[in-house]
Amino acid sequence: MSTTLTRPSSTASEADVASTGSKLTRVLGIASLVGLAVLLLLAFVFTEPDQRVFDRGLDLEPLLTGQGDAVRLLYVHFPVAMVTYTAFSLNAIGSIAVLWKKSMWWDNTAAAAAEVGVLFCGLTLATGSIWGRPIWNTWWKWGDVRLMTTTILFLIFVGYLAYRRTMTDSQVRAKRSAVVGLIGAINIPIVYKSVDWWQNRTLHQQSTLRDRAIEDLTLFSMIFGMVVFLVIFAWLMVHRFRIGWLEHQIETVGLEAAIAERRAQTSAAIEDAVTDSRASAGSGPPPKTGMN
Amino acid sequence: MVATQVLPFAMVILILFGLALDADSRTLRDLAPGLFWVATLFASVLAIQRSVAVETVSSTFEALRLSGAPAWKLFAGKALAVALQLLAIEAVLALGIIVLYRSSFEDPVLVVTAALAATVAIASAGSLYGVLAVGMGVRDTILPMLLLPIMMPVLVGATRAFGDGLGTAALDGWTWTGLLALLAVIYATAGALAYAVVIEDT
Amino acid sequence: MDYLRYLIGGWGVVLVAVAIYAVSLLRRGKVLSARVPADRRRWMTTDD
Repeated sequence: MSTTLTRPSSTASEADVASTGSKLTRVLGIASLVGLAVLLLLAFVFTEPDQRVFDRGLDLEPLLTGQGDAVRLLYVHFPVAMVTYTAFSLNAIGSIAVLWKKSMWWDNTAAAAAEVGVLFCGLTLATGSIWGRPIWNTWWKWGDVRLMTTTILFLIFVGYLAYRRTMTDSQVRAKRSAVVGLIGAINIPIVYKSVDWWQNRTLHQQSTLRDRAIEDLTLFSMIFGMVVFLVIFAWLMVHRFRIGWLEHQIETVGLEAAIAERRAQTSAAIEDAVTDSRASAGSGPPPKTGMN
Repeated sequence: MVATQVLPFAMVILILFGLALDADSRTLRDLAPGLFWVATLFASVLAIQRSVAVETVSSTFEALRLSGAPAWKLFAGKALAVALQLLAIEAVLALGIIVLYRSSFEDPVLVVTAALAATVAIASAGSLYGVLAVGMGVRDTILPMLLLPIMMPVLVGATRAFGDGLGTAALDGWTWTGLLALLAVIYATAGALAYAVVIEDT
Repeated sequence: MDYLRYLIGGWGVVLVAVAIYAVSLLRRGKVLSARVPADRRRWMTTDD
């Protein structure tokens, strides 16, 4: 696999800054913070709690159903779940690219995506569980399809990250973790289907986006939330990618330095041998060696 | 090797569960399918670790690789060896649950078919991950962490199928056996394809 | 607001965790950048 550098596209002054930041990350960062602020306003101020009135007709009191204020948790739970699936999909694509094109760029992307993905997967489980406690009256529901699938996904990629850390040769690591990542990815629909068959029911809300009974602002806030978190995801990915790239550089630089040193040692030794042999050969012209 | 170490380990698991659960025989009977397959999975990790370790130590692996045999044949041989060990373990465990948990084999055909399919799936995935967990600086303690989450659908399917076959659950075990067969095909194929990639640098 | 504790818990966990991770990335980035010679710092811009 080749690891040649291309000419840096940034200006010389930016290249001197010892950090992984750049104009791109500054833009993404500001967008993230502004977006988060707006999302918080939407989630907590401008949207209404989910209260549905179920008219039972006749003289009966209408029934108040709906999640109430707990719906405000979904404005963070959905986006975080969305980022999780995006991250792991990116890992799957990267793994295919590593095996097919032998691309170290994609290996770096896959590793970065896995790390960010594990974080967000954990957050998906956490926010889902916290949402579930008041609504389902339980922290955990064995047999809920999405919960089981997300948990297995989490374990698979925690294993993936641990596995990557056991290997030091970057080429070997790229290939092997691509295999692990891909097999993990193809497992996901299988897990989903098998749990679905197993339980044939789920406490999970059916896809809320398709439910047209949601009022517009709620829908907008959810979609807006997903966009904001995807921007956050992009910021994190760029930084994490650059970190992986720098680590790769350190490896390569170290390797090249070691090779250069060996070459220097070897040619110094040869020069010494040549000098010695000239000295011992006496006053004749220096013998031709293949070195020159 | 299997007889002296892995088999007793599997039996110990059954006995420990019996003791820990402190349950009457009817509960244990209901739990038997799950306990059987958990014990099998743990034992399979051990069996795979040992089989891979033996090869690395004696460098028969190197010899096999250099022999020029195509990767998928190496994989098939390996997976078959592991599968046979697992079947031996499962046979003893079957005896174990009959004796210790009062299980009865209402539908032996279903039970055996499901066990065969599940075993192929476990052996295939295990052989692939076994080789992945071997090599420069890789600790084989990573094997359970990699293998067991992947085995979750196999666990679910095998337990359901056994539930039907042992008469402890009212469901259709044959559908689950179908899933197990599908998983067996998927992992056998994935293993055969990926083996070439993985053994290049071992 | 009902369920306030859950709301703060859920949102809090996400914001705090992401913030901590972001800071750790920035720190790692600075440390690693310092170890790499300036001309090799910039990342690949094309497919490798």
